[in-house]
Amino acid sequence: FLGAGGGNDIQWCFSQVKGAVDDDVAEADIISTVEFNHSGELLATGDKGGRVVIFQQEQENKTQSHTRGEYNVYSTFQSHEPEFDYLKSLEIEEKINKIRWLPQKNAAQFLLSTNDKTIKLWKISERDKRPEGYNLKEEDGRYRDPTTVTTLRVPVFRPMDLMVEASPRRIFANAHTYHINSISINSDYETYLSADDLRINLWHLEITDRSFNIVDIKPANMEELTEVITAAEFHPNSCSTFVYSSSKGTIRLCDMRASALCDRHSKLFEEPEDPSNRSFFSEIISSISDVKFSHSGRYMMTRDYLSVKIWDLNMENRPVETYQVHEYLRSKLCSLYENDCIFDKFECCWNGSDSIVMTGSYNNFFRMFDRNTKRDITLEASRENNKPRTVLKPRKVCASGKRKKDEISVDSLDFNKKILHTAWHPKENIIAVATTNNLYIFQDKMN
Amino acid sequence: MFVRGLKRKCFDGEEDIEGTLAGIKAIPSYNLQRQSLLDMSLVKLQLCHMLVEPNLCRSVLIANTVRQIQEEMTQDGTWQMINTQSTGQASLDRLVSTDILCRSSRDPAEGKHVPGYGTFSKDFESDQAQDSSETMSTASSVQAPRNLQSNMWEMETPQENKGNFQKSLDQIFETLENKSPNSVEDLFSEVDNSYYDLDTMLTGMMSNTKMGHCDSLETFSSPTNTASNSNCKSDLNDLDHIVEILVES
Repeated sequence: FLGAGGGNDIQWCFSQVKGAVDDDVAEADIISTVEFNHSGELLATGDKGGRVVIFQQEQENKTQSHTRGEYNVYSTFQSHEPEFDYLKSLEIEEKINKIRWLPQKNAAQFLLSTNDKTIKLWKISERDKRPEGYNLKEEDGRYRDPTTVTTLRVPVFRPMDLMVEASPRRIFANAHTYHINSISINSDYETYLSADDLRINLWHLEITDRSFNIVDIKPANMEELTEVITAAEFHPNSCSTFVYSSSKGTIRLCDMRASALCDRHSKLFEEPEDPSNRSFFSEIISSISDVKFSHSGRYMMTRDYLSVKIWDLNMENRPVETYQVHEYLRSKLCSLYENDCIFDKFECCWNGSDSIVMTGSYNNFFRMFDRNTKRDITLEASRENNKPRTVLKPRKVCASGKRKKDEISVDSLDFNKKILHTAWHPKENIIAVATTNNLYIFQDKMN
Repeated sequence: MFVRGLKRKCFDGEEDIEGTLAGIKAIPSYNLQRQSLLDMSLVKLQLCHMLVEPNLCRSVLIANTVRQIQEEMTQDGTWQMINTQSTGQASLDRLVSTDILCRSSRDPAEGKHVPGYGTFSKDFESDQAQDSSETMSTASSVQAPRNLQSNMWEMETPQENKGNFQKSLDQIFETLENKSPNSVEDLFSEVDNSYYDLDTMLTGMMSNTKMGHCDSLETFSSPTNTASNSNCKSDLNDLDHIVEILVES
């Protein structure tokens, strides 16, 4: 395992946990997305109640060099409200599906947040000074009687308690018939894409009343629908390239320079099915729940129900690496179909140097795979046994046969405790792992 | 697995299959398992949340699974047997409770919960001998993909079922038309109880996935009830066929 030895292996320690302690989870508190900003100083979470909570890392204390700064609440705001679609007589959930940060250009921070139908651009700015000494106004804002003004003075800025304000700057609405599953900001930092089950739209960040449809896989007859878009992302460096994944386990890479409507892919990534593993559930478990480019842009990672695959963009016919997340579930697929767990959408993420990938599993377990050493580790996000700066103990699931001490049998796994969302700090070994309603932050042990 | 400490044996657990004698740890035959999976899938398609739009990806994956099973059953010839069986039988009985899937084959023989199921399983006793060695996880490959629609058209339609379906649809459209969406409370106070019939729930789900006529930006800016009604009515024939699968199979 990682951490079991070797000087270069990371030893993960519990750092913080955010959220309610009690087991009774309020539905609105269910975390639905987690994302670090480009510097890693800010960590945003979105929840089912439509709220965004942003944590900020404390400046490193020079005297406490054995630990990195803690993340504390920086801003909380209601991003989306529940809506009602009168045409279809259906509610539109306020749940935040994705948050993506824009790179910082000035003092303010910007992020995009989206629910099923509407994307919003939020500006988060700090205010730590305010003007004082107006001539016509009192300090509390009341207007002074002009006849009492005998001298004039220039108002000056004085320090005040830090206030963090979030304000919606753009609202991108009415462009998606189906549920938005992805947003991705282009490397030109001017445009972004939003993807729903059947279509992908391209937006300009400044323009809200128009978007361009760049992918449309809706069949003329909806009865012929057999495949949907599950995720989409822009290439980190090439501003005309993006990929989208499907429920049939394929990834299509498109070049926007080829044509206005990118229905014909430039590349199609698909691994041939393993005939020995074929079952009625084969298609469902091949459905890709997340796709992420590596920071370098040379690789992309996909997550399907049982595995994580790394693809080289130059090779379409099979992935270059495959990692089994929880292969012991393969014999349980029928039960997982019955209780709908087979439809859980797990996300995945890269570390800053693209050497390790991470994804979640059940029982509040999460897994990391080191691409260089080919070692992997399973850790648990739990309030028990987690003291700050104590190294996390690796976990192991016993698939069959005799269960060793400290192992957990497959039948004892709690399938209600799923880790769908994880994020890795862009530069440091700090990870954020979301259980149902808690956010865990782990760091590597600094010596 | 889902309650700590309790073991549920679905037809997972291939390790039990080799070398077990029928009497000790009997597992359902392949056909039984396949039929159970089909029924469970159909139940899943119908159980949609009325307030929030159902997850299209999940619906598509389940529908594809149903299609796969039906294609295989058609090739086996077992699909034809279901057709001849179903006339005169209350179709909803055929929707097996998901309980049945996680019991051994001895329990269905007791036949307490699902009356229709018992007669169905009798016809497959002859198949059980050849199928007992197969498991759910090794489905035969589908050689000639058949259009799901063509299977549907072959099925007989009991007239009364169609009539009931028509009636339920009419009720839905009536309630849609009459609603003046001034407040959320008004909308829900007028909801017809027929919404909670399987048929009408299904219709609601399927018509919501049929966004072909409502997908341009213009319709969002000026929604009109008449537009949606005419679009839904033109899709009625399509909905007919879809519900036929669910009601007949």
